[in-house]
Amino acid sequence: MEFSEHIKTANVEDVVLRQPLHPSSRGTLCITGHHLLFSVREEEGGSSRQVLLLLRNIDATEKRIAGSSGTITIKCKDVQVLQLDIPGMEQCLNIARSIETLSGLDCVSDMYPFFYRPPDLSLQDQWGLSSPERHYSQMKELHDRWRLSTVNRGYSVCPTYPPAVIVPKEITDDMLLKVAKFRQGGRFPVLCYYHRKNGMVIMRSSQPLTGANRKRCREDELLLQVVIDDSDKGYIIDTRSRQQAQQARMMGGGFESKSCYSGWKRLHKQMERGKALQESLIKLVEACGDGSHNMDRWLSKLENSKWLSHVQTALSTAGLLAECVERDGHSVLVHGSEGTDSTLLISTLAQLIMDPSCRTLEGFLTLLEREWVQAGHPFQQRCAHSAFSHARLQQESPLFLLLLDSVWQLWHQFPLALGFSEALLLRLATEAYASDYGTFLCNSDQERCSLEVKEKTHCLFQALLRPKEREPYSNPLYEHTELAIWPSVHPQSLQLWRGFFLRWTLQTRHLEEAQEEIRNMVNEWGKLVLT
Amino acid sequence: MEHIRTPKVENVHLIDRASGQRKASIGTLYLSSTHTIFVENNPETRKETWVLHSMVSSVERLPTTPAGSQLILHCKDFRVFQILIPQERDGLDVHASLVRFSRPEKYNELYCLSFNPNLNKEEREESWTFVDLVVDYKRMGVPNNLWVTTAANSEYRVCDTYPSELFVPKSATPAIIVGSSRFRSRGRFPSLSYFHQDTLAAVCRCSQPLSGFSGRCQEDEMMLQAVMKSNPGSDYIYVVDTRPKLNAMANRAAGKGYENEDHYTNIKLQFVGIENIHVMRSSQQKIIDVGEMRFPSMTDFLWGLENSGWLKHIKAILDAGVFIARAVADEGVSVLVHCSDGWDRTAQACSVASILLDPYYRTIKGLMVLIERDWVSFGHKFSHRYTHLDGDPKEASPVIDQFLECVWQLSEQFPCAFEFNEHFLISIHSNVYSCQYGTFLGNCQRERRDMRLRERSHSLWPQMWKDRGEYTNPLYKAELSQGQVVLRPNTAPYCFKMWKGLYNYMEKSMPPRQSPADFLSAMREDSQQLEEELTYHQEVPPEEDSSPERETNHVGED
Repeated sequence: MEFSEHIKTANVEDVVLRQPLHPSSRGTLCITGHHLLFSVREEEGGSSRQVLLLLRNIDATEKRIAGSSGTITIKCKDVQVLQLDIPGMEQCLNIARSIETLSGLDCVSDMYPFFYRPPDLSLQDQWGLSSPERHYSQMKELHDRWRLSTVNRGYSVCPTYPPAVIVPKEITDDMLLKVAKFRQGGRFPVLCYYHRKNGMVIMRSSQPLTGANRKRCREDELLLQVVIDDSDKGYIIDTRSRQQAQQARMMGGGFESKSCYSGWKRLHKQMERGKALQESLIKLVEACGDGSHNMDRWLSKLENSKWLSHVQTALSTAGLLAECVERDGHSVLVHGSEGTDSTLLISTLAQLIMDPSCRTLEGFLTLLEREWVQAGHPFQQRCAHSAFSHARLQQESPLFLLLLDSVWQLWHQFPLALGFSEALLLRLATEAYASDYGTFLCNSDQERCSLEVKEKTHCLFQALLRPKEREPYSNPLYEHTELAIWPSVHPQSLQLWRGFFLRWTLQTRHLEEAQEEIRNMVNEWGKLVLT
Repeated sequence: MEHIRTPKVENVHLIDRASGQRKASIGTLYLSSTHTIFVENNPETRKETWVLHSMVSSVERLPTTPAGSQLILHCKDFRVFQILIPQERDGLDVHASLVRFSRPEKYNELYCLSFNPNLNKEEREESWTFVDLVVDYKRMGVPNNLWVTTAANSEYRVCDTYPSELFVPKSATPAIIVGSSRFRSRGRFPSLSYFHQDTLAAVCRCSQPLSGFSGRCQEDEMMLQAVMKSNPGSDYIYVVDTRPKLNAMANRAAGKGYENEDHYTNIKLQFVGIENIHVMRSSQQKIIDVGEMRFPSMTDFLWGLENSGWLKHIKAILDAGVFIARAVADEGVSVLVHCSDGWDRTAQACSVASILLDPYYRTIKGLMVLIERDWVSFGHKFSHRYTHLDGDPKEASPVIDQFLECVWQLSEQFPCAFEFNEHFLISIHSNVYSCQYGTFLGNCQRERRDMRLRERSHSLWPQMWKDRGEYTNPLYKAELSQGQVVLRPNTAPYCFKMWKGLYNYMEKSMPPRQSPADFLSAMREDSQQLEEELTYHQEVPPEEDSSPERETNHVGED
């Protein structure tokens, strides 16, 4: 398609840009198919600054015309708010219209990652950090009881799963076909984590389709049965309340009843999802932007947004899951309804709590790739809009942001245990919504495959791990520990993620400086040790 | 020992609630004249818990159960101990002793006066000279041709709650001082708290004028005029009344009140709305309750926080400090600060302003000096506010707690700007209450002199200085001090947090918590050692100019 048809005015001179943490500056505004480019008019010192903003990052715009000029307020998905003062009413309207249209285009193959060609990256580079095959081959210990099944090649069984998944050895592909029919969206139980210390596993799936008349599926029951091996018992963590799970039966969904799955004990932990979670984010961002300086109002808005309660639930449910595996020594199956949202949130956090190999920079990115990208979290739907959009909510929901916030809480409570920095979490929070890279495009592996994302875009995770990129994303204080890191979920231990929600305020700048200072100290020390 | 009927009880169960301990430890309880001591039976640990009697704020006795008699000890540093004593009679005895001990009637009963370590006289005398306010005034450039010392208050003749040495505007004659003091509540006339050398503007403090609805006093008007004249750069001063305007107006009915702008030329009156000591007392009780909640939901917690109003009050105090600092540093205008008596909110506002204005007060020594000046010397009523003796509970209020918390909130916002860490602030807090040292005893300088405290007790500060290693913030950057001489904090509500370290021991002591500060401090020690070794290795051949470097290394090490 031609972007130019949406651009009536491509260049405007004498525009004033107001941006947080910078003095307002005058310069030239240029609009392209994917970017807003603002070049600050050369200053006395000869230094010229450029501001490049992905149109995809724009969540909402507001325009105000006064006399012969206009002002466009741009609210970004990374919670930054910019303002452009544009001379000329018509130019202003043209620019506003272009921004609105171009930022809202949702044809994936027209998006910027398909055009982004930095000189130092090649499309021939490896895309992604790992694969189900590699993941399987790295865990020799589980080979006698688990196998890699390619029943899903061609995405014929489950469109949101990768082509290869890890399943119990006794369960044949034919049986898997039947299990898939019994689970919503075909998401049959697959292994996502093997706990080396005691051989217990975490599996995830979607809800069983028992329906109102309590349908059963022998193969599904058998699959779970062989995991726990008669003698043992297992836990099913259902991310819905008991009542919600009951109600789901009316819609054809359901849960694993005690009588059919005798060795398994169900635990219900209600987690917020969907619209409610999106509204929570909107309320929180609104509260952070409240300039009234009224303490009571702030605390009541913070409470009313419920965001921190959601963080608390996420961490405590993940803690429960990890306790089942690490402390009680039982295997666990996690699911909610679709198994693409809160299920992934919980399994990811539990792995960070228990498994030291997920806590390095590579390990964490690999975990995200496996548990979110490959496991079929619908990024495109969930991250279509962020906190400012006036558009009617559809499938948006900030599950991934909630994950990053929860990981930040872990990072905050265990500043030495994680190998990555807050800067990485912030970068990921931005990239999930608007990116130069293809990693977070589409809703599933199948979609990425059909659009040739892996052939035609660059991979964010690979880019972040390049030697020249990785320094700011690693944690200088990191010390490997084999111990599980049990988060405190006491309300006083959980804090607003200032780095993200207040990232455009001066206060955050001081905290960044402190991080910088820590990095310098450790580097100095490192040099000393080397001498 | 007259109050101890049962000095030792065995088989006592103790739960240190603040440490999050769930199972009681069993051991022996001892009562001494200064401490309650609990020694665990467990032969491997034999853990000892010492609680100074003066740290106990209340002892609750629950109805006796078959298991024994239960006491709940609430401490002034927010620790809570649950003690189960098998025999009811022992329980009654211990309860009676603790109740008596926690309410000393005379200063002589307090630890710093009753317990005399064998330290020599010189050491004791020297301890009191460690913080020297004259040196600090010199550091800020007074006396000079604008501000001079006055002998008016020697022997506390004019104002018995002020120090004997004070700085006043050069043009303020003794007659003006005496006249002004008669027109001020408790005789607390305007005098210098901080002089800002860069702008020549000053922070001054006093109490409210006895103006009523129409009263005026020529000397007092001249006094304010003199304050203005002592700042050549400005033709007006701010008068900051730290009370809510309504309270200030109500005071007029009692013959007190605030400055009438029609009578004083060239003043700008500003109210900043810090609530009174009674509001603060009940607010703190509410936030302590929030800290003690066992398993609150996020909603309970945030409601509790909002309902306590505590952070709102902290913000009001910080805002007052910010207003003063801006006036002095940015506008170059002097500020006269008062509340009612000028020893609570005034002390808070002035000392916060000093912290913002002058990087020196963000150092370990500097904070000691600041507390000694704006709080101790200017007659903040420590013994009343922190109930050192059994007395009127309405006099108690967490005034300095709030100042320390303001400093903590600032240090959270500027992690590299303070030489000290949170531990330093918490340690000062508990010393304010504990009376292990004579520093905070009494209510004003005169009282301390009459008690001959300097001869009978030790000063806290040298001890803390000796321990400064554990109070040091490894991220402190002296040169930059977060890039600015004057701190300009953001006081938007979202910048304030509950001070977990102070109000919630439970969370603080939950193992294993990791601290970047400990890591960095250990690393710094390591690198100092390494540097030393390096210098040692490079020592051959010894060159003339390499020796001073070694010298500095040596100094940096202790």
